[in-house]
Amino acid sequence: MEKEIKKSSLKVSENGLEKTVSSKRLEVLKTYKIYIGGQFPRTESGRYYQPVSASGKILANVCLSSRKDFRDAVVSARGAVSGWSGRAAFNRSQILYRMAEMLEGRKAQFIDELIQQDATKAKAEKEVNLAIDRLIYYAGWCDKFQQLFSAVNPVASSHFNFSVPEPTGVVSIIAPQGDSLLGLVSVIAPVIAGGNTCVVLASETKPLCAVTFAEVLNSSDLPGGVVNILTGKPAELASWFVDHMDVNATIYCENNSETKKMIREKSAMNLKRITFYDKINWYTNEGESPYFIMDTQEIKTTWHPVENIAGAGGGY
Amino acid sequence: MAVAKSIRTKPNLTIRQGDFALSTRIDQVGVEERASRFTKRSIKNDAKENGLKLVLNMIDLTTLEGKDTDGKVKQLCYKAMHPHDALADIPTVAAICVYPSMVKVAKKALGDSGIKVASVATAFPSGQAPRDIKIRDTKYAVNEGADEVDMVISRGKFHAGEYNFVFDEIASIKEACGDARLKVILETGELGTFDKVRRASDIAMHAGADFIKTSTGKIAPAATMPVTLVMLEAIRDFYYKTGKMIGMKPAGGISRSKLALHYLVMVKEVLGEDWMSNEWFRFGASSLANDVLMQLMKLKTGQYQSANYFSVD
Amino acid sequence: MAKAIAKKKPLAKKSNTIKLNFDTSWEYAPAPESKSAATINKQYDLFINGEWQQPSSKKYFDTINPATEEKLSEVADANAADVDKAVKAARNAYDKVWKKMPAKERAKYIFRIARIMQEKARELAIVETLDGGKPIKESRDFDVPTAANHLFYYAGWADKLEYAFPNRRTEPLGVAGQITPWNFPLLMAAWKIAPALATGNTVVLKPAETTPLTTLKLAEIIQEADLPPGVVNIITGAGETGAAIVNHADVNKIAFTGSTNVGKIIQRAIAGTNKKATLELGGKAANIIFEDAPIDQAVEGVVNAIFFNQGHVCCAGSRLYVQESVAKEVIRKLRDRMQSLIVGDPMDKNTDIGAINSREQLNIIQKYIAIGKKEGAEMYESSCALPSKGFWCRPTIFSNVAQSNRIAQEEIFGPVLSILTFRTDDEVIEKANNSPYGLSAGVWTDKGSKIFNMTKRMRAGVVWANTFNKFDPTSPFGGYKESGFGREGGLHGLLPYLKLIN
Repeated sequence: MEKEIKKSSLKVSENGLEKTVSSKRLEVLKTYKIYIGGQFPRTESGRYYQPVSASGKILANVCLSSRKDFRDAVVSARGAVSGWSGRAAFNRSQILYRMAEMLEGRKAQFIDELIQQDATKAKAEKEVNLAIDRLIYYAGWCDKFQQLFSAVNPVASSHFNFSVPEPTGVVSIIAPQGDSLLGLVSVIAPVIAGGNTCVVLASETKPLCAVTFAEVLNSSDLPGGVVNILTGKPAELASWFVDHMDVNATIYCENNSETKKMIREKSAMNLKRITFYDKINWYTNEGESPYFIMDTQEIKTTWHPVENIAGAGGGY
Repeated sequence: MAVAKSIRTKPNLTIRQGDFALSTRIDQVGVEERASRFTKRSIKNDAKENGLKLVLNMIDLTTLEGKDTDGKVKQLCYKAMHPHDALADIPTVAAICVYPSMVKVAKKALGDSGIKVASVATAFPSGQAPRDIKIRDTKYAVNEGADEVDMVISRGKFHAGEYNFVFDEIASIKEACGDARLKVILETGELGTFDKVRRASDIAMHAGADFIKTSTGKIAPAATMPVTLVMLEAIRDFYYKTGKMIGMKPAGGISRSKLALHYLVMVKEVLGEDWMSNEWFRFGASSLANDVLMQLMKLKTGQYQSANYFSVD
Repeated sequence: MAKAIAKKKPLAKKSNTIKLNFDTSWEYAPAPESKSAATINKQYDLFINGEWQQPSSKKYFDTINPATEEKLSEVADANAADVDKAVKAARNAYDKVWKKMPAKERAKYIFRIARIMQEKARELAIVETLDGGKPIKESRDFDVPTAANHLFYYAGWADKLEYAFPNRRTEPLGVAGQITPWNFPLLMAAWKIAPALATGNTVVLKPAETTPLTTLKLAEIIQEADLPPGVVNIITGAGETGAAIVNHADVNKIAFTGSTNVGKIIQRAIAGTNKKATLELGGKAANIIFEDAPIDQAVEGVVNAIFFNQGHVCCAGSRLYVQESVAKEVIRKLRDRMQSLIVGDPMDKNTDIGAINSREQLNIIQKYIAIGKKEGAEMYESSCALPSKGFWCRPTIFSNVAQSNRIAQEEIFGPVLSILTFRTDDEVIEKANNSPYGLSAGVWTDKGSKIFNMTKRMRAGVVWANTFNKFDPTSPFGGYKESGFGREGGLHGLLPYLKLIN
């Protein structure tokens, strides 16, 4: 273990990013924990795994989350639904913008982590910039998509009738494995912009940014429990993500047909809303739209009688 | 148990003015939907014939005009007793409804036919007169022989929120009526909302009304099915609370048999069998009787009828 | 001289005997709608590719009148081979005709079907009532006109889809497999076919096996309207036929209305495929009456919520929550109101509550009534007499029901109401949402701010405030949670039949 740490610190300085690292000072390494209910616990299982870079370097000891961590995260997410969905859309918008600000402020760290996870500097910078911009994009949608997808329906009876989108509730998300920051942000942002809460499983092989992103969330006025981030293996956790009876929707971002089939089969137990994002290029405009928000919205239609004193003819 | 007619109703002191402002709320659209559902009942054959006879027997045959004369009233009374002699086995109407000055004539003309004489009173139709004049108006009508008094409420005071005034006035007219039954006209066409119709109904019943009545016939809209439904439901709730039956009289605007049968359906399905007689339900109408007679004749002969064969008075 | 009738009546009663009397001396005479105004064939084949084709099984099954248990007709039992034929016809029509047709022309076909449906409204209403047992008043005034209106509404969308979804083009999905329930057969067929055709899809539709006749009549109308062969195919059969549609590899979209159990089976069956699905499933709607409600209209709303169509309504208001301070009054008024409901011959124009749709359904309802009694709830049923033949159930209410009672949790799908009481707004919201279902809900109060609080917090796709069981082609309908997903009706009803193209 000690050996690894040495190697790792060496690598960092080789990258030229930490030129001031003194050989006399031992670098402090970050513990990558999971994020549940606004807290950073370790996995209850005590298990960890070691994702490695292309060059074989161990990135960190990362929590290998268990189904019980997922269960705890769902409890947190459920508890946060009414507060988060009940906030003014404007307030959600402010918080998403705040998330972008915090991410901007920690840009260097994210770029560093992406580079550790084998991105080129240019690509890493691009990904972080796009992730920031995507948050701003959805911050703007928080109080607008409802106007676009609502309707006042001209019913033939004396009633006022309108349909509005409402968040579906708790969403479990298996995030894109490849674009570990941009993909993550692109799937979380529309879900919470619409007032849902979520439990997200980060990229298995590139989990660093996800945990650091949790730190951004934690300093962004986002209430605890709205976004819960786990690290671990989709192969182990995917079925639990869709099995849980208190989850309303599941988003799956890979193209494993067996997993997709399993998700849809299991979703039948409580009729979860299922969305697959398996062909999305998150780097383009295709990766952002209010239709992503609508994927975890329900349409509620409300009726109320309308008095018609003057025009009724019959009586009043 | 005492008979309603002889009850000198005292104002119910447990009812405070504020309570009337809190009368049950009414949703207009819901009332109209419910009212239109009664019109979906299909009344055929025997049901139609029996219903039409019942309607005829519930009519307060009415003339309330400035140009009313003894001659006109006498003719109307004959019509009340002999609606259409070509039809055997039909009932008379329930009552003749006239101004106080015509009561004596009507009373004499109707003799021992059993047909009641109803008189409007209390500065009908506006009700814009001091209380002592209204009381004298009432007493005059009763002294002339009126069996029933149709009073109007002070709509101005009602709209001004002076529910105690309205209540006391009804109570004092009831007092003046003696043994005559009191019908309280709300003039629903001037009340504006069903909430107010319900409130006025509650005030009238608590203050001693024997009947509540929609309209004077001088204001449009007069009786409608929805407004009558609101009043019938007020009557039912009063009955639930007190065990006292109150009568209902829609007046004005009911001139067709079919519509009258719809009202009958409504009474039957809201208040039940006990209200299905002219003791508890009346139609205030002048032209309805002949339409009913024409329909009865059609049922008897199978031929559609012409107004030329039915006397107008 | 004519006689004055004076009925002597008791004028006042002691308060402990205050009761309205609904025995009546004035009965409505029978007013039956005429059966002869409708034609029902002795036998119906499958409507595939614009023609009536015999089923490959050569088998037919009976459809009966649930009010008399008499056989009305026999309809073809489609097997997997027939389904395959129908899907092939639909695919062929989609590729060669319907997809290519200018949208304006597509619209005109749908308008034409709607018009013919209006022209044949009386006949359709009669057949609907004979086959399904619902009162002729309802099929005449609700089912048939609403079905025609639905087609009218969606017809107009066909050439306006580019306005429906901002910044997106639309494309149809292809062949839609549609399975409809027995409670509103013609209306559900219209709900399914109208948006599918307007968006450019072709259709294979299977009506429920107990009520296929109006859908087959609709096939005749479609034929009369000269819709290109194969655009709509109507095949009859039971669960196996439905399964064959769901499992057919060349179906792109499944639209199903029915039970939550079957909905789940369908969701499992299409796992691993790219089929889109719309599921409109069961419900156990909470209908909430606050003490400041317009009580009389609320009581009428309750009657409409639970007794409409014998309670065979997925969005029926089957859980009534009444604030304790008005519970006695509401129950008393409800009981009196139930006395004036006329139960009996569905063909009689005065009938309010017709026959239960099938013996099977009657058994389910009776099972739940027995459960309710066993659970200790207080049962009240109207005192009406029931016909000796056919399937019947009196309007029934249970009071003193507990949230944990099965009759408060499970869908009964009959004229059986469970009444619970509550004290505060928060309490009733929690109880109302305490259900795996989320199709509809109702709230009655005169206070506007409370209405908006309740309608927002109730987890249901359709919320009726101071009204209940209202439907309109322009108004989206569909559930939250286990009541299904996707919407039918309105602008939102288009999306389930479209791909959005960036």
